Amino acid sequence: MPSLLSTLTKERTEEAVPTPPPRPARARLRGWGHWASVAWFLVPALVLFLVFVLAPIVVAVFTGFFKWGGIGPMDDFVGFANYTRLFDDQVFLGDLGRGLYLIVLSITVQLPFALLTAVLLNQKLRGRAVYRMLFFAPYILSEVVTAVLFTMIFLPGAGMADHLAGLLGLEGLRGKWLADPSTVMPTLFVVMIWKYFGFHMMLFLAGLQSIPTEILEAASIDGAGAWQRFRHVTLPLLGPTIRISVFLSIIGSIQLFDLVWVMTAGGPNHSSETMAIAMFQFGFKRYQVGYASAISVVLFMISLVFSLFYQRYVLRRDLSGAVTSGGAR
Amino acid sequence: MNTRRTARGLSLHAVVWLIAAFVVVPLIYAVISGFKSTGELTTNPFGLPEQWKIGNYTGILGDGMFWRQIANSAGIAIGTTVCAVAASAMAAFVLARYAFRGRELFYTLFTIGLMFPFAVAVLPLFLMLRTFGLLDNPLGVILPQAAFGLPMTIVILRGFFRTIPAEIEEAATMDGCGKLRFFWKILLPMARPALGTVSVLSVVASWNNFFLPLLVFNDPKWQTIPVGVQQFQGQYSTDFALVLAYIVLAMVPALAFYAVAERQLIGGLTAGATKG
Repeated sequence: MPSLLSTLTKERTEEAVPTPPPRPARARLRGWGHWASVAWFLVPALVLFLVFVLAPIVVAVFTGFFKWGGIGPMDDFVGFANYTRLFDDQVFLGDLGRGLYLIVLSITVQLPFALLTAVLLNQKLRGRAVYRMLFFAPYILSEVVTAVLFTMIFLPGAGMADHLAGLLGLEGLRGKWLADPSTVMPTLFVVMIWKYFGFHMMLFLAGLQSIPTEILEAASIDGAGAWQRFRHVTLPLLGPTIRISVFLSIIGSIQLFDLVWVMTAGGPNHSSETMAIAMFQFGFKRYQVGYASAISVVLFMISLVFSLFYQRYVLRRDLSGAVTSGGAR
Repeated sequence: MNTRRTARGLSLHAVVWLIAAFVVVPLIYAVISGFKSTGELTTNPFGLPEQWKIGNYTGILGDGMFWRQIANSAGIAIGTTVCAVAASAMAAFVLARYAFRGRELFYTLFTIGLMFPFAVAVLPLFLMLRTFGLLDNPLGVILPQAAFGLPMTIVILRGFFRTIPAEIEEAATMDGCGKLRFFWKILLPMARPALGTVSVLSVVASWNNFFLPLLVFNDPKWQTIPVGVQQFQGQYSTDFALVLAYIVLAMVPALAFYAVAERQLIGGLTAGATKG
């Protein structure tokens, strides 16, 4: 800003002298230069974003109104027929139910498990840095590698899980796991915990470490036991972290694809199908691209409505406070 | 008191050990099984191999396809990261340090991308890439991946650029340094830690991506490691030991990268999540 400041002061001293006005022209030039450099810096990101992130949504909405096999002219306009068909389809309604099932399990099982682990590793414990690194490791492996690994483990007959079930006397489970409609979802969920709990643990650890020890000390001077300190001090102060963690689990469950596709492809008989799997099946295996686009749009609307709602009503009180400044370091 | 504390310490350790076993046993199972024959996998699932067979591993390492996939994954990860970080750094620079009308609007536009599941866009993206002629072309994976990486990268970089004091820029301007030179010669070198973090995140996301390469690459010569792993499993579905050896080898680069860049990865992921 010094250049602006010096022009201002200079002008004030010369105020009395009537000079021909070079200033507007200069200002316009400066304005243009300003805009040009803003545009020049913004354009690459903006173009990438518009073409590859926003445009696909528009294409999906458009395609969703047609009956189209994916090749040739798109000329069979069917209005909302794809959508009415979608909500009459028992399998698709089942997909929604399975998404909900995974969300509920994530929140009631995975997050408490991750929180427990974080609390344990927040204690003075020999080797806790090693444990922390170890528990996070599955998160950085690719979904496909994880999925193939557990496909092998749950293989009927030869897999480790069958042998383990035999040793533990759980004969009823042998040969089932991913192969039986009644066990496939819980089995899938175990793999999800294995893969993702370390990430939530890391979030919780960061949250725990931001809690000032003075508060916990004060509570314990006031006679609060370990459980009371956790319940009435730690847990409320972790609120923002927990709300973020819930948000990420829900978004993750809604769009789950890789793990399921490689392990079961949605089977047996649709019993592990998710919305993303249905979209892939119709779009790339059965060539009903219009219908698959409608699924994409529904998937998009669900995530959008959920995100807006969540940010408006659940994260609202956090946004100006703890989370953002904590995240900014 | 003392015995109680010891008991508590012991039970604490027991629980942590149990969780550690849950995480590690599948990985160790895979590594050890890779040294067995498939027949032995059925008869002796948990023990050490009667005879350590290195053929599975050496066979894969001797196959050009494996290295080809590693090279593809690496090249695509680097391309994605360069595109995403370069475009994001430029955008984050003006969004952080320029005053212009509509600035917050642009920023909000990018942050909206944070709540976009990739799965939503993948089908229309495929149709668009087909129209552009970008199927079986690495750019068909690099550009969309970079685009989907923009929101997070811009959020993190903008936050960092804002922390650099205005006095530094003023001093540079006094010395006759233009905006562009300030960006290139002063801001970017100062932002090296943040650039490191976002690059690491981008590399990992690209390395693990499966959905897009699966659709874009029909030609095996472009296949990346995740696609290769899936194909390999399909091809050798009865030779379990060989498949396990393949995924163990596929894990090695990711785990090695994690060992080297652990700090940036964890810091970036937790900071990015809490900010998004």
